[in-house]
Amino acid sequence: MSLKAFHLVFVTAAIVLAFGFGVWLLKGYASPGGSAWDLVFGLVSFAAGVALIFYERYFLKKTKNVSYL
Amino acid sequence: MDIPYTVELRPDTGLYNAKVGIWLFLASEVMLFGALFSAYILLRVGAPEGYWPHGWLNVPLGTANTLVLITSSITTVLAWVSLKANQFGRFKLFHAITLLCALVFVGIKSFEYHDKFVHYEFTLKNGKFADGHMVENKLKQDGNSFTGYAVIRGHVVEDERELYDLNAHKAPAHEDIRIDGAQIAKMGNYGPWHNTYTAIYFTLTGLHALHVIGGAIVIGFLWGPGSKLWETDPERFTNRIEISGLFWHFVDLIWIFLFPVLYLL
Repeated sequence: MSLKAFHLVFVTAAIVLAFGFGVWLLKGYASPGGSAWDLVFGLVSFAAGVALIFYERYFLKKTKNVSYL
Repeated sequence: MDIPYTVELRPDTGLYNAKVGIWLFLASEVMLFGALFSAYILLRVGAPEGYWPHGWLNVPLGTANTLVLITSSITTVLAWVSLKANQFGRFKLFHAITLLCALVFVGIKSFEYHDKFVHYEFTLKNGKFADGHMVENKLKQDGNSFTGYAVIRGHVVEDERELYDLNAHKAPAHEDIRIDGAQIAKMGNYGPWHNTYTAIYFTLTGLHALHVIGGAIVIGFLWGPGSKLWETDPERFTNRIEISGLFWHFVDLIWIFLFPVLYLL
């Protein structure tokens, strides 16, 4: 597996983490002690996940001539 | 004498030798961290009810470190892609950012460790528990007895379990508390010896931090004196960057698992 392939695996894991962290923060917001910051950072985390998806597409385009092996 | 298959692909594996080597090494690393993650799970499910800590770690700092490592992975791969595109200047820039990210990560982690080492829990002779960060320590220990006094910024609780789940028990406002030595039955900071949680936390994150430091040393060498190889054998140098990048990605991927497990769940 080349660095390109491993990078795609890593970014995919980071995307899952970003969405998971967003859910964790929103759950914190919905709980009795939740603050507005939980909502703000939860939304920022979702936005980061979306940004990483676009980055992954950009990276795939940029390295289309590089082997996965 | 030339070392074979540093650039050209070995016919039986279809890879250059260093790539086979790094993946064998990473496979052993998966077993090492896998064993420690298993230890974490067993310690957690085996902990008595109410005695597994929640909310002990600083989530904003952990989040900052996660962002730093994700950024460093992106810059390390862009450094490699720059070499593939014959852009050595861009490689230098991206790898310098990777190195900077590694230093920031270690700096933040050191701050977190320091915070744990100055955080104390006192078991008092009246059955209560005082918990907080040491402000002034004038205590002297003689066997099991203490003389002098300590001042902590924290709070006192009646049930020790209130110190474990900080998410469930809203901690009262912290204030300076003076504790006389005669009141203390037992005391200790939040180092690895405090309980099984801090033991596995320091083991997992300490081992990970050592990997970050090791990776940073290699990246620093390849950015500095090691980069001279680009002038004589650019393809081999590019392969070295790919190998260091694979290691770096592995280290970052471990953190992607460590962060939610230790900080969030």
